[in-house]
Amino acid sequence: MSASKILSVGGLRKVYGDLVAVDRISFDVNRHEIVGLLGPNGAGKTTAINMILSILDPDEGTIHIEGIDLASERSRAIQRTNFAAVYAPLPGNLTVFQNLKIFGLLYGVGNLSERLEELLKMFDLEKFRDKKYGVLSSGEQTRASLAKAMLNRPPLLLLDEPTASLDPSTAQDIRARVREFSAREAGGVLWTSHNMYEVEEICDRVLFLSHGRILLEGDPKALPAEHGKRTLEELFIAVAREPLSLEGR
Amino acid sequence: MSFGRILAVMLRQYYLIRGSLARVVPLFAWAAVDMVLWGFLTRYLNTVASPGFNFVPALLGAVLLWDFFIRIMQGVTMAFFEDVWSRNFLNVFATPLLIPEYVSGLVLSSMATSVVGLVAMLLIATFWFHLSVFVYGLMVIPFLLVLFLFGIALGILGCALVLRFGPASEWFIWPIPALVSPFAGVLYPVSMLPQWMQWIANILPPSYVFEGLRKIVAGGGVSGGALVLGACLAVGYIFLAYGYFVKVYRHALRTGLIARYSAENLS
Repeated sequence: MSASKILSVGGLRKVYGDLVAVDRISFDVNRHEIVGLLGPNGAGKTTAINMILSILDPDEGTIHIEGIDLASERSRAIQRTNFAAVYAPLPGNLTVFQNLKIFGLLYGVGNLSERLEELLKMFDLEKFRDKKYGVLSSGEQTRASLAKAMLNRPPLLLLDEPTASLDPSTAQDIRARVREFSAREAGGVLWTSHNMYEVEEICDRVLFLSHGRILLEGDPKALPAEHGKRTLEELFIAVAREPLSLEGR
Repeated sequence: MSFGRILAVMLRQYYLIRGSLARVVPLFAWAAVDMVLWGFLTRYLNTVASPGFNFVPALLGAVLLWDFFIRIMQGVTMAFFEDVWSRNFLNVFATPLLIPEYVSGLVLSSMATSVVGLVAMLLIATFWFHLSVFVYGLMVIPFLLVLFLFGIALGILGCALVLRFGPASEWFIWPIPALVSPFAGVLYPVSMLPQWMQWIANILPPSYVFEGLRKIVAGGGVSGGALVLGACLAVGYIFLAYGYFVKVYRHALRTGLIARYSAENLS
């Protein structure tokens, strides 16, 4: 595995009964790279992310994080990841500080007190440190979830629709912080979003998933023109409605 | 095994209890109420029964030990339910936390919370109803140990059942001690039970504790072999319960249940 590869997914497949949720997908994420995992609802994005987070066993395929095989060395591999997802809020009955401290211990973060103060400052959470996560606004919760996601300076950061339900200003702020993280911490980011403007702005590369398969891959700024579409949103709609017309291109 | 990760599971429980009166009060309140209720009942029985027999060490002592067992079991399940109620499985199981670390954290949390209940019960039973645990001598240690181990086993089993069958199944877990108690001979000798119930009593570790307790109160000796058998059974149940928990966890990983836990099942 190349030293620049943070994540390497090979032939990943997951089947639920008759439904093939993820169908032998393979892709890599490199250092300093933000990769967008795009596709309509039910395309298999979250299933793929769940398998990378090791909360879902694949039926076939391999996942390596910094060269470590997730199947055989789960804890070591997962130590190199972290995530934030709109559907995985932190416990609302704990304060921001308590949540960060507990997850800091779970991820084995060194110099934890120092790191917590750094993150509280970085995400403008100092005034919310003793507030329960459950009483924060959506934007504040997202910032707290992102602070948790960056606790262990993960080489691989997984963000599943991190800006869903945020106002444009807060969303832009979140994107800036993720970009800064990717540049400074030498991390790779796998990002899912339904906001094509956002994807075009932040992602270096995108993978379009449909029915569990990767249909298209490339630079989000160049990809629409390559497929005769004006915008990434048009391309997204084509993938969602006429995946067969794009297959094999 | 990482001590830091076990500590994280315990710390979460500490933070929750520290910040919530609704979690602090049940640590000792129901156990204390039980002591008061049974304390007065034993006093009453002492006045109407034949003189010479003291119901306090026989009944109140048994209820104290039984409540300790319940605290241990519920301590494990309560710590687990906190993750259920806050829909925290995805966050927790996507960390490097290993299952033995998670279960150890639940057990240690339970030990800490159960001590609070035990102390409250001992204070009430000792100072109000004059129960002396010294009546049982050093045997109180194996009594507590067997009940502790069996409480852990049932606690882990309860967690596994809730993980397997979803959040609503927690209502199957609360009555487990009540279902076990008629067979365990907490308040009466196992010989009073019909034969089929005695067979079940023989495979329940608490029955050896309460039979031993009554023998001591009656002035006899406790069979060390019986208590060792009780302890071995309890340890065996811990392994079985842990094995079942791991099996359920693996099933949840295969089916995607952890990621979609709030759906309760995948049909």
